Amino acid sequence: MTITYYLALSVILFTLGAVGVLVRRNAIVIFMSLELMFNAANLVFVAYAAYYQLINSQLFVFFVMTVAAAEVAVGLALMVAIFRTKHSIDVDQMSALKG
Amino acid sequence: MSDTQLAWVVWAVLLPLGGIVVNLVVGRRLGEKGIGAVASLAAAGSFAVSGLLALALLQHPEGGIYRLATWFNLGSLAVDWSFRVDTLSVTMMLVVSGVGTLIHIYSIGYMHADVRHNGDPQRFRRFFIYLNLFVAAMLLLVSANNFLVLFVGWEGVGLCSYLLIGFWFEKGEGGLGNARAAKKAFIVNRVGDFGLLIAIFLMIGAFGTLDFDGVFAQAAQAAPALLVAITLFMLLGVTGKSAQLPLFVWLPDAMAGPTPVSALIHAATMVTAGVYLVARSQALFLPVPQAQAAVTWVGGLTALFAATIALGQYDIKKVLAYSTISQLGFMVAAVGMGAAVAGIFHLVTHAFFKALLFLAAGSVILGLEHGHEHAGEGHDPFDPQDMRQMGGLRKRMPLTFAVYLVGALALAGVAPLAGFFSKDEILVAASERFPVVFGLLLAAAFLTAFYMGRQLILVFFGEPRSKAAHHAGESRPLVTMPLVVLAVFSALGGALNLPGLHSLEHWLEHSLVGVKEGHFVWAVALGSLAVALLGLGLAWLVYGRRAPTEQDALARPLGPLYRAFERKWWVDEFYRLVLLRPLGWLAQVLAGPVDLGLINSLGDGLGQGSQLSANWLRKLQNGLVRSYALVVMVGVVAMFAYLLWVR
Repeated sequence: MTITYYLALSVILFTLGAVGVLVRRNAIVIFMSLELMFNAANLVFVAYAAYYQLINSQLFVFFVMTVAAAEVAVGLALMVAIFRTKHSIDVDQMSALKG
Repeated sequence: MSDTQLAWVVWAVLLPLGGIVVNLVVGRRLGEKGIGAVASLAAAGSFAVSGLLALALLQHPEGGIYRLATWFNLGSLAVDWSFRVDTLSVTMMLVVSGVGTLIHIYSIGYMHADVRHNGDPQRFRRFFIYLNLFVAAMLLLVSANNFLVLFVGWEGVGLCSYLLIGFWFEKGEGGLGNARAAKKAFIVNRVGDFGLLIAIFLMIGAFGTLDFDGVFAQAAQAAPALLVAITLFMLLGVTGKSAQLPLFVWLPDAMAGPTPVSALIHAATMVTAGVYLVARSQALFLPVPQAQAAVTWVGGLTALFAATIALGQYDIKKVLAYSTISQLGFMVAAVGMGAAVAGIFHLVTHAFFKALLFLAAGSVILGLEHGHEHAGEGHDPFDPQDMRQMGGLRKRMPLTFAVYLVGALALAGVAPLAGFFSKDEILVAASERFPVVFGLLLAAAFLTAFYMGRQLILVFFGEPRSKAAHHAGESRPLVTMPLVVLAVFSALGGALNLPGLHSLEHWLEHSLVGVKEGHFVWAVALGSLAVALLGLGLAWLVYGRRAPTEQDALARPLGPLYRAFERKWWVDEFYRLVLLRPLGWLAQVLAGPVDLGLINSLGDGLGQGSQLSANWLRKLQNGLVRSYALVVMVGVVAMFAYLLWVR
């Protein structure tokens, strides 16, 4: 079994996520792209865990998933709050702190 | 002397301070009489203490030192609050507190009129507080046992001088004249005090002590160059405080103060502090003849220089002020040439007759102000000190005239009044040691007689030349009584050190070093008497025979020379040109181009620079979350690239 395929897939997923974060304006889509990046990272963790027969990496995946879930909960709550005031979730509209 | 006797000396300084406290705390309720009584009693108390010390010294002429407390220990340098009771310091204390007491009493009457004339009766109390403070500081100066305590008194009297010159600080030329005069006195004295301070620092460095005995004991072995440096810096201090060339310019302006101040501070006591200092420090001057010569020449030149200026003055107090400078020149010359006894003798007699003359001049001024109001010209501008407005006061103010005559003749050096004996001793000493300075002093003595004759004639003889002089009246007994006492002293003061008896000399022998037996030279005595009579007679010839005109009788025959006298040899103008102008110009440059231009723009530039850069940098904060994300991404990629490939 070669690890290269897993890593290549992970790179592709991560790049997709990063590009999504940078080019999309819809906050929900940005969140989804973020999830893509998390899971690309998770894929690398589990790939190496299988490759080196390590349990630590497996554990990290659970951490990442937990933190991501919490982050999404906070993020979605923020989105709801912003939508109530701005009636939009376009991130480019959220520029009140510009200099 | 026993320690209890020595401890009295502290009371001499403390009593005037006590007077200040009383007047500060309850003075408002005491009224003018009460305030004056408290202050005068405080000064009289100091005089009584000085008298007791003098009596004790008769038994134990060697005196002693009273150590009150430690001031500070700094490494090996220990400075105490210690007082020196010896014949010299007690002589000075007697003069200061004695003349001071009389002037306090006089001031009760004088200031009563003065505060009303100037329209602020509330200031009566302040005057006596300052006067007491002055007496305390002056007594500290003369009773100190080390140079630093002496310096405290030295600065204290300077402060009081400043406060009292500017007593009517809102009056004078343009509402600033008096304040400016006070400032001038203070600043010019600062130059002199700088010299004294440097001398003190040099003494600390060289001798490791400031006690008189310690310093003088080591002076004999010290390097001559060091002693020359110390004594010349000390001389600078003397020229400041005792109004000698080149720092005398403050004293004539100091006449802006009330007349009792001119009498006490600027004639009788404070200005003689320099003379006292040199007399006290004879041990430092004796080993270095160059320094002695410098002091003597400064004194001799000042004596003549100031005497010429006195010829051209019309203000009654200005004449006396220049006369004071001239007489101080006599004293400084005397102590400079080692004739310290003659210097101190002249200091004492001068304190009597110059205080008398100033106080009598104050009485004349009061009389003229009174006459001015009486003549119903209350609001016209009128200078009660202008001698051209006087004349004929002999009949209007007979008592003042009598005492003024005694003072003027004593100052002129007419035998057998006090000034004759003391001036004669100085002249004898000068004729033996410094023939050229003797010539200067003799010329100054002649001019002294001349300008005093001129003043007497202008003020008291002839016909009144103004309505005020017509209506002038004799002053109150409170004013004239101290005048009579001082007149008696001025007449009999010569008895202190009569030729042949030398009582003052034997008295001072115990505290002065290098006292040489003074002698009486008939030629000099008769010569100086002849010069004095000649001066007075010539004054009569010039001024007495016809009514004085607006222009001085000497102005035409002397021409530009008299103009120089009148304009004070343009010394003030000269200082303005060579000192004040360049300094003002320097200040302008520093304030304008340097401060406003350079330093200010440096600060402004920093501010503007950060504002500009902030203006530019804030554009980066565009509020677009995605662009921040891009920056983070690029940053992370760059860091990884660096870690992977560069390191």
